[in-house]
Amino acid sequence: MLQDMTILSSVLSLLGGDGGRLLEIVLLSLGVTITAVVCAGFVGLPLGAGLALVRFPGRTVVIVLVNTLMGFPPVVAGLVIFLLLSRSGPLGGLGLLFTPKAMMIAQFVLVLPIVVALSRQTIEDLWTEYRDHLTSLGAGRLGSIPTLLWDARFSLVTTMLAGLGRASAEVGAILIVGGNIAGFTRTMTTSIALETSKGDLPLAMALGVILMSLTLAINGLAYGISRVGARFSGKS
Amino acid sequence: MLRRTFIQAAASALIAVGLSWSAHAEDRFITVASTTSTQDSGLFNVLLPAFTAKTGITVKVIAQGTGQALDTARRGDADVVFVHAKAQELKFLADGFGVKRYPVMYNDFVVVGPKSDPAGIGGSKDVAAAFKAIADKKAPFVSRGDKSGTNTAELNLWKAAGVDLQAVRGDWYREIGQGMGATLNTANAMAAYTLSDRGTWIAFANKGDLGIVVEGDKKLFNQYGVMLVNPAKIPTVKVNDGQAFIDWLVSPEGQAVIAGYHIGDKQLFFPNANDPNA
Repeated sequence: MLQDMTILSSVLSLLGGDGGRLLEIVLLSLGVTITAVVCAGFVGLPLGAGLALVRFPGRTVVIVLVNTLMGFPPVVAGLVIFLLLSRSGPLGGLGLLFTPKAMMIAQFVLVLPIVVALSRQTIEDLWTEYRDHLTSLGAGRLGSIPTLLWDARFSLVTTMLAGLGRASAEVGAILIVGGNIAGFTRTMTTSIALETSKGDLPLAMALGVILMSLTLAINGLAYGISRVGARFSGKS
Repeated sequence: MLRRTFIQAAASALIAVGLSWSAHAEDRFITVASTTSTQDSGLFNVLLPAFTAKTGITVKVIAQGTGQALDTARRGDADVVFVHAKAQELKFLADGFGVKRYPVMYNDFVVVGPKSDPAGIGGSKDVAAAFKAIADKKAPFVSRGDKSGTNTAELNLWKAAGVDLQAVRGDWYREIGQGMGATLNTANAMAAYTLSDRGTWIAFANKGDLGIVVEGDKKLFNQYGVMLVNPAKIPTVKVNDGQAFIDWLVSPEGQAVIAGYHIGDKQLFFPNANDPNA
């Protein structure tokens, strides 16, 4: 049986005594996840908006496909990227396997469909609302994309947080492409998996508590910022 | 305006993160494909810092089962393999993927099981008879089922016990396809028997109701070997730094670090690089 006190003391000793290594792991986790999510935002938001506004043959198929990819099993994504990046794979020459960059690519691939699919829906709804107004101003569909993205920014924060949630909770893909190398590709989630396998359940649980606290902090921060922003722009 | 500031901030953050990682990548390092037992037992936590302090070479360890570790090396994703299944290692050499195999150290396997001991094998020194009893009584047994060194040893023990696993397997025999630690967690939760290397067992922190039931049989010997991946097959192998790691492991200094690794008063691994038959 796990005792609450054991977990609590594990959390405290992690934060205190062995803080240096914990900090390294936390920073790597945050670095990989946030980079992946920001990149997915830069690529995914315009793509989602484009998919919402531009009509082309096969558009419905693409939308269904993107929606399906939201459920792309991480372990499959990890395996595909592993085979691509392996020395004997097509991108092996880059030497990226078992590096933080490989983990970033894996999370980017997992987060991108979420950003595209959810922002497509948001922008499409907004477009039905603003269509006449924007058209009367002489903006074409493509020309409207920046305006719509900017106007939907507070809803899109939730989209990005959904992506962040996917990335920060993920272990299957980064374990395969990162290799869980101590001090180099060991993240919060792979540490939890490792400590569980070593039978140190209080330490694993303590890491879990810290990871969830971090996620809570990031979500709280994002919510606060978007509320303040909404108030200043009179959209609350 | 606000948008531009945000984009600039995000871009510079990205560049900063990218730079710090590429700086990391320029360090001198080798990649070693090894086994979960060497990692889960904690040996690498003392072995690798000692080597890095001496040579300045960082060792990145991918801890997998022996079968998967050899496969990682075959793909060209590792410079050195450090594993424990001699037959698989010799095949790796024969296929031309390894340069030379060096024995490094040994420990032994132990059969662990619940205190209730449903197969009645506690204290036995005859592992073949114990395995036969487990199969006869259909007592729960958790198998790694992952082509690891320990899994290979387990399958050989069933053979030695004269048990035809395919014929008798049923609900009592669970293959979980995971590492040694996860297998011990499962055995603990299911009150089942399993085979573990002694190092992982001693270091394992969630023993619960499990204890050693069989140990000390010669059949339970567990030898570790190390090989440089053959640069003739895999041109990207870091020959000099990889060989430096191997030379250090089998040197008196490396062997002393291995012998010095204890948990409590228990020594986990016994160096034997000077035994040519190991």
